[in-house]
Amino acid sequence: MVNIPSSINDPIPAAEVEDVELYHPHSWWTTYVFSQDAKVIAIQYSLTAISIGLVALVLSWLMRLQLAFPGVFTFIDADRYYQFITMHGMIMVIYLLTALFLGGFGNYLIPLMLGARDMVFPYANMLSYWIYLLAVLVLVAGFFAPGGPTGAGWTLYPPQAVLSGTPGGQDWGIILMLSSLILFIIGFTMGGLNYVVTVLQGRARGMTLMRMPLTIWGIFTATVMALLAFPALFVASVMMLFDRVLGTSFFMPAIVEMGTQLQHGGGSPILFQHLFWFFGHPEVYIVALPAFGIVSDLISVHARKNIFGYRMMVWAIVIIGALSFVVWAHHMYVSGMNPNFGFFFATTTLIIAVPTAIKVYNWVLTLWRGDIHLTVPMLFALGFIVTFVNGGLTGLFLGNVVVDVPLSDTMFVVAHFHMVMGVAPIMVIFGAIYHWYPKITGRMLDETMGQIHFWVTFLGAYLIFFPMHYLGLLGAPRRYYELGESVVNPPSAHDLNIFITLMALTVGAAQVLFLFNAAWSLRRGKDAGGNPWRATTLEWQTPTTPPPHGNFGKELPVVYRWAYDYSVPGAPEDFIPQNEPDPENRSREHAS
Amino acid sequence: MAVVLILAFVAVASVLFHLLSPWWWTPIASNWQYIDNTIIITFWITGFVFVAVVLFVAYCVLRFRHKPGNRAHYEPENRKLEFWLATLTTIGVVAMLAPGLFVWDRFVNVPSDATEVEVVGQQWLWSFRLPGANGKLGTSETRDITAENPLGVNKNDSAGLDDIIIQGGELHLPIGKPVKMVLRSIDVLHDFYVPEFRAKMDMVPGMVTYFWITPTRTGTFEVLCAELCGVGHPQMRGTVVVDNEADYQTWLQQQQTFTQMMAASGEPQTAQ
Repeated sequence: MVNIPSSINDPIPAAEVEDVELYHPHSWWTTYVFSQDAKVIAIQYSLTAISIGLVALVLSWLMRLQLAFPGVFTFIDADRYYQFITMHGMIMVIYLLTALFLGGFGNYLIPLMLGARDMVFPYANMLSYWIYLLAVLVLVAGFFAPGGPTGAGWTLYPPQAVLSGTPGGQDWGIILMLSSLILFIIGFTMGGLNYVVTVLQGRARGMTLMRMPLTIWGIFTATVMALLAFPALFVASVMMLFDRVLGTSFFMPAIVEMGTQLQHGGGSPILFQHLFWFFGHPEVYIVALPAFGIVSDLISVHARKNIFGYRMMVWAIVIIGALSFVVWAHHMYVSGMNPNFGFFFATTTLIIAVPTAIKVYNWVLTLWRGDIHLTVPMLFALGFIVTFVNGGLTGLFLGNVVVDVPLSDTMFVVAHFHMVMGVAPIMVIFGAIYHWYPKITGRMLDETMGQIHFWVTFLGAYLIFFPMHYLGLLGAPRRYYELGESVVNPPSAHDLNIFITLMALTVGAAQVLFLFNAAWSLRRGKDAGGNPWRATTLEWQTPTTPPPHGNFGKELPVVYRWAYDYSVPGAPEDFIPQNEPDPENRSREHAS
Repeated sequence: MAVVLILAFVAVASVLFHLLSPWWWTPIASNWQYIDNTIIITFWITGFVFVAVVLFVAYCVLRFRHKPGNRAHYEPENRKLEFWLATLTTIGVVAMLAPGLFVWDRFVNVPSDATEVEVVGQQWLWSFRLPGANGKLGTSETRDITAENPLGVNKNDSAGLDDIIIQGGELHLPIGKPVKMVLRSIDVLHDFYVPEFRAKMDMVPGMVTYFWITPTRTGTFEVLCAELCGVGHPQMRGTVVVDNEADYQTWLQQQQTFTQMMAASGEPQTAQ
């Protein structure tokens, strides 16, 4: 029987609840490979995601080389070009960003930040990773299959995705892609249920929901969304697989392909788009919300100031998560759906701008009157603010239905979504790696290399995607293997394409420096100690670093205050850990 | 200091780039000037917000960066400030959305005097069909497509017999008259995209979509496909010529009707 105190501020006796029995590994295999420890699973997820992400990076170089120097690299023919853009997009969105934020950061941070020993279902958690790995392998198999991977674009719109005019459409490519997505969703569901249940059931005593760090709020909300949104993609993938393999017609109307009447009939291509974007739009926030949460904590720790408007930040995350389920058709303004939908979806889409803007204000107001340490994580957080504000604002162009009409399917869209869900979340990922690497390894990443990595990545990425909007404004359509002679491709635009490609190669090269830093610092990095950033949250209060299986040694921490007691007036230090008792009730919590 | 300068530079250089860059939209050739205007309003509002936020961040870094002995201010919330920021944001959003929805209402509602022009997409070719003397397009069906009848026009619908068929050629439109572009595809998704018209719409097999424009400038314009339609996507180009009325009529007289096309291919027509 757990004795629940009448007030969360009452002093709570040390935990007297018996620990849940953990499966302690007995061999090298169960410690490092088939591990049930969320931290090991997190590292497995992260390394796999980063590895496949590097493939996507190389693919982006290849497509940029084609756009800047059409015809020079003869091995990049039209088929390959479309395969490259498709695999690049799908890998980045699903297999890198989703997997890294939820499988990687989620697994590492949820138990540690909440004061839990592990995820609630460690075995399912382990399975989640292995199914994810299988999904990645099936995806990669596309490169080696006859006909190569699918070149349908990452949106996989039927009917072209399953017809012979598209690379992989009548070969193995599309089958492997859909199978891989189905596997990914199965694996994710096992992990996702774990994250949700752990947040709801596994928190340390005193860790009320409104004391959770925003990182956890972001990951938690994103996971709930993913559990609701991925089934739409699952269904769409299964149906398309049936259309392709069994000859059903879920998405296939009567079609004459190259002069031949196909056997299909009666299906709806637009139905696929609705299902895809019912998943696809929440997916944007599945990536963005963990980034929002993490960056809030990075800014707060490194500006030595509580996050401004914590409660508003929590509600903004929840409201954005909910609203993002009723905006999906803003991806379909020119799809041919009933145009009256435009009124509704433009309105809901622009309403989301309000809670999102509030989050931005609260980040910059956290900097205001702070004590800003320009550490590498803080630099990446600043880079996030700039790129996210930029990409968020161009979303107001594309969300406003009539403005979207000329800009849709142009390079403006490519520039927008790369800025807002490519560059901005990746800024946060890097910031988070620099921030938590010391906890994971016990050593600091090298500061100088980090600074160089930041500036080249941030400025380079900005120089890639900011000018790209103007190619779209000019009218250059996206997904063109070569634009050739056209009113929307004057010589100056071609020069700009060369510049963008050079920047892309530079930014890519900077990532090599980052990988080197990560490997080098593993042995040679400065010793980090347990809490190098002097942060309040529980993961920094573990008795040993890196934390062992079970995280907190003999006794679980007990939480007495919110996650943001930085620079509290009268306190001896400029931070007070969450597990430090507060006998006089001085923690202002939310200043109510 | 470097951080402050670079952040300020990013804000200022972005604005300068916007003002000085040679990359701007093509001269408009339709009635959708409203769309361009809405984009301009959006640029002003979003540009202001972007510069304000980035400069504010730069200022914060300048003013509040760590120096020994500094301590951050402790202020968890400020209801009043949060309320005002939310209100101002809402006003900005309404200022963009309201004109946008107003223009969308025009975009959706086709004027009653608009002439229908059908565009048919296939991998990787544009075809067109214009109503004949009766001013009406006949019905059509993907299932009716044959080598002789590439658009699948219904032979049993007398309204379609005088339709003018242009397979793979140029489309001409008269200046100053509203046209409803009726869009069909016979295989995969396509999108009829003329940058100078601003308006565009996907073409979806199995259904008929549309948009409308009034051409406002004579000239020859390039048609691009704006929805990925397979490896030939970049090659799917066409031409639209906006003529004055006399030139348009001259061109129109030279085109063949559905009946003539079927006769030329030797297949008997069946409509009574």
